Amino acid sequence: MILLLALTIGFLAAAGLYRLTGPGRLDPLIGLILLGQAANLVLFASGGLKHNAAPLLGSGVAEPTDPLPQALVLTAIVIGFGIIAFLLSLVIRKTPK
Amino acid sequence: MIVCLLAPFAGALACLVAGRRYRLGGAIAVVAVLVSLCAAVGLVSSTAGGEVFALHAGGWRAPFGIVMVADGFSALMLAVCQTVTLAALVAGGALLPERWKRRHFYPLVLTLSTATCGVFLTGDLFNLYVWFEVLLLSSFALMAIMKGEEERSGAWRYVILNLVSSLLFLVAAGLIYGKSGSLNFADLHLRFAGEEDSFLLESSTVLLFGAFAIKSALLPFAFWLPAGYPHLPPAVSALFAGLLTKVGLYALFRVFGMVFGGDSFPHRELLMGIALLTMVGGVLGAVAQTGMRKILSFHIISQVGYMALALALYTPMAMAAGIFYLVHHIIVKANLFLVAGLIERYRGSSELSGSGGLMRMAPWLGLLFAVPALSLAGIPPLSGFFAKFGLLRAAIASGDTLAILVVVGVGLLTVFSMLKIWRALFWGGDEGVGAGHGVPRGGIVASAMLAVVTVCIGLAAGPVYGLAERAAAGLFDRSAYIEAVLGSGNPVAPGTESETSMK
Repeated sequence: MILLLALTIGFLAAAGLYRLTGPGRLDPLIGLILLGQAANLVLFASGGLKHNAAPLLGSGVAEPTDPLPQALVLTAIVIGFGIIAFLLSLVIRKTPK
Repeated sequence: MIVCLLAPFAGALACLVAGRRYRLGGAIAVVAVLVSLCAAVGLVSSTAGGEVFALHAGGWRAPFGIVMVADGFSALMLAVCQTVTLAALVAGGALLPERWKRRHFYPLVLTLSTATCGVFLTGDLFNLYVWFEVLLLSSFALMAIMKGEEERSGAWRYVILNLVSSLLFLVAAGLIYGKSGSLNFADLHLRFAGEEDSFLLESSTVLLFGAFAIKSALLPFAFWLPAGYPHLPPAVSALFAGLLTKVGLYALFRVFGMVFGGDSFPHRELLMGIALLTMVGGVLGAVAQTGMRKILSFHIISQVGYMALALALYTPMAMAAGIFYLVHHIIVKANLFLVAGLIERYRGSSELSGSGGLMRMAPWLGLLFAVPALSLAGIPPLSGFFAKFGLLRAAIASGDTLAILVVVGVGLLTVFSMLKIWRALFWGGDEGVGAGHGVPRGGIVASAMLAVVTVCIGLAAGPVYGLAERAAAGLFDRSAYIEAVLGSGNPVAPGTESETSMK
């Protein structure tokens, strides 16, 4: 599981970096999105991966998982989404009609 | 403390409500920043004795909840940054050509101000990231609205590079959390203080280092800065020049100097090399330029190198000099950019060739330029002298010959480029003179205000330097900080108390 996640992160980061340096107008943007997803996955994995574990105490689960990384990822996703929306609007303004 | 943060935010909301009534919006903005400034000055005086205040949001206990912390260093930075924001607001209202822009200018500057306050006050790594994003988004929006049709590529470069640095930051925060189980500054320090395996720490902090280096424009990553700044309207470029890179430096000081610092901190030799490279590279870049704002932009880079050098020397003396340097630099640099904007308004251009003779036409502009320029160059009665002198003393005390040589040499080259501007713009013939346009009073008031602050810092160098010394001492002796954040009891052992606090 952790190996799969690590490979995914590596692949996303590599693809993101490649697109970031691309020539097109949208390339850096797509690169940033991919890199952002890689970062989110790192954040997600930082609490340790557990199978079938709820992030709640006292919910009858024997071994709860760490809720903080999930909260962090959620925040990071929201921020990333806002920034991507803003960048897209910049790109649209830049493109001649 | 909370007033510092909330006043600009409430002001931003009120400005949005004010909408088209931009005069009202301007008044609200100035009042909001003034309130925040007063609160910050209050904080400076109440943290002057080394006290640290912590605010636990929602009453959650420290390593788990969100904390805002004010110590001497952050209070000092808050006060200085709000001063510059105030000046930029006053100048910006008067200098912006199109009225519709003012409507967006005020709320955006206020959110920017909120974000800088957040950066200075936050007590954990992830919130630092969040505040950085707020800061970046406000600055992107300001850039996007204010810049003209030409020269968008510079701004674009700024946007992309800073976003990449934010992602690096995010990954580093994730890795550090994975290794230590905490993001709180005080808690992190305790957890890593006894750590012997330096590789564990350094493998994550190198990402953090890269992120802050991009934000504070250290040399290999600095090229977004001269590409972006010279094309902004004067008030905005003054604000950015004063705040943006310095916020990155604050993060470097706080995170590497305090949180991960012990006898030394990770990547210190690397920082030393980069700092020297930045100082030399920035000043040489400035020598090659011909536009006043371009020269000033390269000088930001070189000055950032000075402050990074203070951190790299990492003695109490050097850190005090570095903090004093930050205070001095924010005000002086913002003022220089404001004056450049005023000159452009007066003459239509601030290119060095073909716009001489200002001294005869507008001697008061000469005075406004002379104060910050001499201060930047480090001429004795002004603030820059004490900053450079303190740094030089620290470099000599640590016996690093290369650092001493570079500090002195770069100082000389700085004087040279200030003289270059002075000779070309203020003396020189007045061939190719455009008609003198009127300069709005607001710009002059703002610039004069900053100049007075510079002179005051120079005259009251003793007390201000004392504040900087105590702020630096607070970075080294973390006991007050840790006690304020984590409470006076024993630090929480990893993994034991999480159960009680989560309920």
